[in-house]
Amino acid sequence: MTKLDVNGKLHDVEADPATPLLYVLRDNLGLNAAKFGCGLGQCGACVVMVDGEAIYSCITPISVLENRKIKTVEGLGTAEKPGPMQRAFIEAQAAQCGYCIPGMMMRAQALLEKDPAASEADIRGALQPHLCRCGTHSRILHAVARAGELMRGKS
Amino acid sequence: MTLRVLGLVGLLTIVAGCASHESVAQVEPPKSFPREQVQKGQELAYVGNCMGCHTAEGGKPYAGGTPLKTPFGTIHGTNITPDPETGVGKWSLEAFTRAMREGVDRGGKHLFPAFPYDHFTKTTDEDLAALYAFIMTREPVKQANLSNTVPLPRAAVAMWNSKYLERGVYKPDATKSAEWNRGAYLVEGLGHCGACHTPRNTLGAEKKDAAFAGAEIEGWHAPALDSSSPSPVPWSVEAMQAYLKHGTADQHAQSAGPMAEVVHDLSHMNDADVRAIATYVVSLDKRTADERKRVGDAALQRARAATAQQGNAVYDGACADCHNLGRGQEGGALELPLGTALTIPTPRNLAYIIRDGILPREGERGGWMPAFKGALTDAQLTDLLTYLRALSGQPAWSDVAGEVKKITRDER
Repeated sequence: MTKLDVNGKLHDVEADPATPLLYVLRDNLGLNAAKFGCGLGQCGACVVMVDGEAIYSCITPISVLENRKIKTVEGLGTAEKPGPMQRAFIEAQAAQCGYCIPGMMMRAQALLEKDPAASEADIRGALQPHLCRCGTHSRILHAVARAGELMRGKS
Repeated sequence: MTLRVLGLVGLLTIVAGCASHESVAQVEPPKSFPREQVQKGQELAYVGNCMGCHTAEGGKPYAGGTPLKTPFGTIHGTNITPDPETGVGKWSLEAFTRAMREGVDRGGKHLFPAFPYDHFTKTTDEDLAALYAFIMTREPVKQANLSNTVPLPRAAVAMWNSKYLERGVYKPDATKSAEWNRGAYLVEGLGHCGACHTPRNTLGAEKKDAAFAGAEIEGWHAPALDSSSPSPVPWSVEAMQAYLKHGTADQHAQSAGPMAEVVHDLSHMNDADVRAIATYVVSLDKRTADERKRVGDAALQRARAATAQQGNAVYDGACADCHNLGRGQEGGALELPLGTALTIPTPRNLAYIIRDGILPREGERGGWMPAFKGALTDAQLTDLLTYLRALSGQPAWSDVAGEVKKITRDER
């Protein structure tokens, strides 16, 4: 049994301790925001936050995550009450197929929680390991910059 | 007492005597050079990894500003673009040659030996002229040099030179092949491989009696290339050539850290010279062919056994998917017991690689590994390093936790 704190909720998970977090999120906990892309930590679709840092959930075994705070897109807000990152992505209509977006959002969230005034160069640098094949790149950059504004209290 | 005072006076006189050199007259360098000469100079600049110190991260090529942390203080690479005011735009070939061979700048001031003129001094006139042609045809950048934090007078370098600088162009060894000699010329000269791979004494000079015995550099460990090479499978010329050119070779680890930069530069080199370098470097390991084969076979066997074993949840969850496959299969990576980072005297290289991954330069192809930064706590990283070290069959590292703590602290 592994105890996981996901979006502030404690879960007792029945799974091999070597199981990557991504499978547990999707299969055991029904949290489907994080996506399976490559399974090798190469594409960024599976990125979630752990203790404030962006990590690849597809290559992080749950054995290292006990007593640590895991955050996924589900923890950023709800459909009714989206958080700043979600509002910004909706405003900018930054998703086309959307498969890469949850990973991008969590990477951006980790960046902006440390520095809501991150520069465009910081944002580009942070998102560098993320692949997006349908190409809404500039909208994604707009959305993250906008999320920073919202976090800094600009409307 | 008197003798001692006299000795001191004598020493100071020597220092004063050596402290200043004549300046070399300023010139208007030629506006153009033969194309082939510039091209040759470019390849030689890659061998010398000039950019490593003379181009800052995100900065203009060869405009300087890169900090190099030495035990004596931080030294910044200088602007070697042909800007007449802040660069070398007024340098003659004579001034350039003196800097490369004697470590004295155009104005007559000693350069610190962090600039490896103790290696460059072996370079031929022809090659120096080609390098000069290359440098003088770069885009001039007006960028003032940053000051250094070395609390030593430049004059002290004169004494260092009298003790450690062996002047003279490389002399071929007639008992060896032309390829070996070409490799030796590049490795010992412009390539300055020993600057990282040879340990230094307290005065920062390479220990001649421990050439290529492995050393610490910029927080990384540059592995031994001599007979004490820690590479689980001893290097062949073919493997070394592939590694130097592409950063990867079957049965050997991917280049990372400062060596990745070297590979990036050597990837621009012609194959014959890379092969010559590989030939010479591999010859530094004096073990017999039989001995090397025995060591290599044992390493391969150990790797196979280790990947068959299960039982560390972090390894199984984070590493095994790729590293148990081996290079032969798609998405597969090196079996970790074959990785040099597990066998060297410090866990630092392995810790850096796990934490930061291995990334090609932006926009370029190259070897790749994801970063585990944030995923593993310091304690978990410590456990994983300890586990991996055991896989290598080497005695445990001392104070892995302390090393990890140092790395985390340095980052902040």
